[in-house]
Amino acid sequence: MKKYGENAEAIAALVREAEVHRDVYVDPEIFELEMEHLFPNSWIYVGHASQLAKPGDFITANIGRQPVMASRHSDGSIHVFYNRCPHKGVKIASEPCGNTGKFFRCPYHAWSFKTDGSLLAIPLKKGYEGTGFGDTQANEGLSKVKNVVIYRDFIFARLSVSGVSFEDYFGESLSTIDNMVDRSPEGKLAVQATPIRYMHTCNWKMLVENQTDTCHPMVAHESSAGTAVKVWKREQGDSTETPMAVQLYGPFMSPYEFYEQSGIRIWPNGHGHTGVANSIHSNYQDVSGYLDQMVAAYGEQRAHEILGEVRHNTVYFPNIMVKGAVQILRNFIPIAVDKTLVESWVYRLVGAPDKLYERALMYNRFINAPTSIVGHDDLEMYERAQEGLKSNGNQWVNLRRLYDGHEEQDVTAVINGTSERQMRNQFHAWAKFMTMDMGKRIEAAE
Amino acid sequence: MIDEKDIAEFIYREAELLDTMQWQAWLDLFHPEGRYWMPLEWQQQDPVLQPSLMYEDLLLLKVRVERLAGERTFSQKPKSRCHHLLQSPRIVACVPEAGVFKARTSYIYTETRGDMLERYSGWASHDLVQVGDALKIRLKRVDLVNFDAPFGNIQLFM
Repeated sequence: MKKYGENAEAIAALVREAEVHRDVYVDPEIFELEMEHLFPNSWIYVGHASQLAKPGDFITANIGRQPVMASRHSDGSIHVFYNRCPHKGVKIASEPCGNTGKFFRCPYHAWSFKTDGSLLAIPLKKGYEGTGFGDTQANEGLSKVKNVVIYRDFIFARLSVSGVSFEDYFGESLSTIDNMVDRSPEGKLAVQATPIRYMHTCNWKMLVENQTDTCHPMVAHESSAGTAVKVWKREQGDSTETPMAVQLYGPFMSPYEFYEQSGIRIWPNGHGHTGVANSIHSNYQDVSGYLDQMVAAYGEQRAHEILGEVRHNTVYFPNIMVKGAVQILRNFIPIAVDKTLVESWVYRLVGAPDKLYERALMYNRFINAPTSIVGHDDLEMYERAQEGLKSNGNQWVNLRRLYDGHEEQDVTAVINGTSERQMRNQFHAWAKFMTMDMGKRIEAAE
Repeated sequence: MIDEKDIAEFIYREAELLDTMQWQAWLDLFHPEGRYWMPLEWQQQDPVLQPSLMYEDLLLLKVRVERLAGERTFSQKPKSRCHHLLQSPRIVACVPEAGVFKARTSYIYTETRGDMLERYSGWASHDLVQVGDALKIRLKRVDLVNFDAPFGNIQLFM
């Protein structure tokens, strides 16, 4: 029996002011509804334009469960399609990326499509004469995702035909992407590295919440970051230079007061970030020559403004996190109610010294890899949560830290850095985008 | 004089130390400048400006080893265990006069924890140097056949 299907009220009831019901993490029906409603109603990251440098370049991705692909057309434009042949539904592209040349060709019956998705040719075309084929959807070629916005080379798509516009959806939160791009002296990022991929046996939302959870690092990461600091103190001898590795691990062990003061900023629609005043990325050693490049490109004042913005983790609801100060984007890709694929991408700052790229790659493998000891700490907690939530002892997850009795929703605010308000902000958005098209369907049915 | 048999023995011994969790003795096999590298790209050349799963010096390997025994290392409750099944190492170079010792070993690696059991296949490339009478690891490179797959936790050493 379906408990939640098309029942907006029941779904909304899973989210209280400062608590959420465990079904949001463990109920397979809720997961199916997320795929059907939440992801199509949201703006989802598809990829980066630098992955589509030349005409014919393509990448594949999923929005929720639905396979999509993006391609660079001969006129330079970028298009996003559903990754299925309009004939029998065969996936057109099976690799994460590649170059298709002048056209896509379905491997089953050789229907071919221009790189803007339009139908180019069908073998034995005359077999379709007089069949009314011209009036079918198949005649239009690959089904296009109509709502696509490329913001500073970040490709976002919304599958729902109607919904919240890109500008209204992200609003001021785009400032984190701006800052990451501005960190390049040429104002340009490039994807050159394959992403680190990490399979998590837990619900995707646990990862998203963890990005603004500042009360866990000094506890959960004592084992990794804490040990790194301890071993370094013991082994450094007379060395005065702190290795890059210790600079990256060390700040995880900052005390509660540090995170309290560094602050969290929330934005409408579930977006928000930690590290407003300062962050764990504040005190990395300068990279020789970089500041000069930035000053030459932007002027003294603007260069310092850009580099002074050291936001920690920015959550773009529902499922990516951007870390501007080390040029990383993590994509939390839902596979099943208890299975999430994490892809961690590193962007190269075009024109900046290699050392910055080296640091970003190092951060990514230290923190985001299946071989990362920091990652082991986190995943262990998510897996235990996925198990523990089966308990009937208490069916509610508590998100009450620094809750003041009543919170305005969909506002911009800067708050204490140990607040759980960003998690509450996300769940408000979750309920909104889960149910926003359910009412309409019910109306339409009546 | 170090010969090909010594190189092979060294590699078997290294695997044995890992399988029996003699971590300190394993660390002692490394040269002070030694590195442990797991590439993330096919036939990868550069561990620094290309992405890797691991590229660690002795300090970082010590952190890992110390962490495994930590009181608050929750991902090691219960503890992981591992098993290496090695093919005979192929000796790529054994030139004692020049101090060059290289081998490549095909293997299957199993890591287990609680009820979970994960299996990986790959090749280990050893670059060894002679220090006194002993061989030491200058570089251990681990190329997995499916380096680009999304793995769960890999907690021990391949």
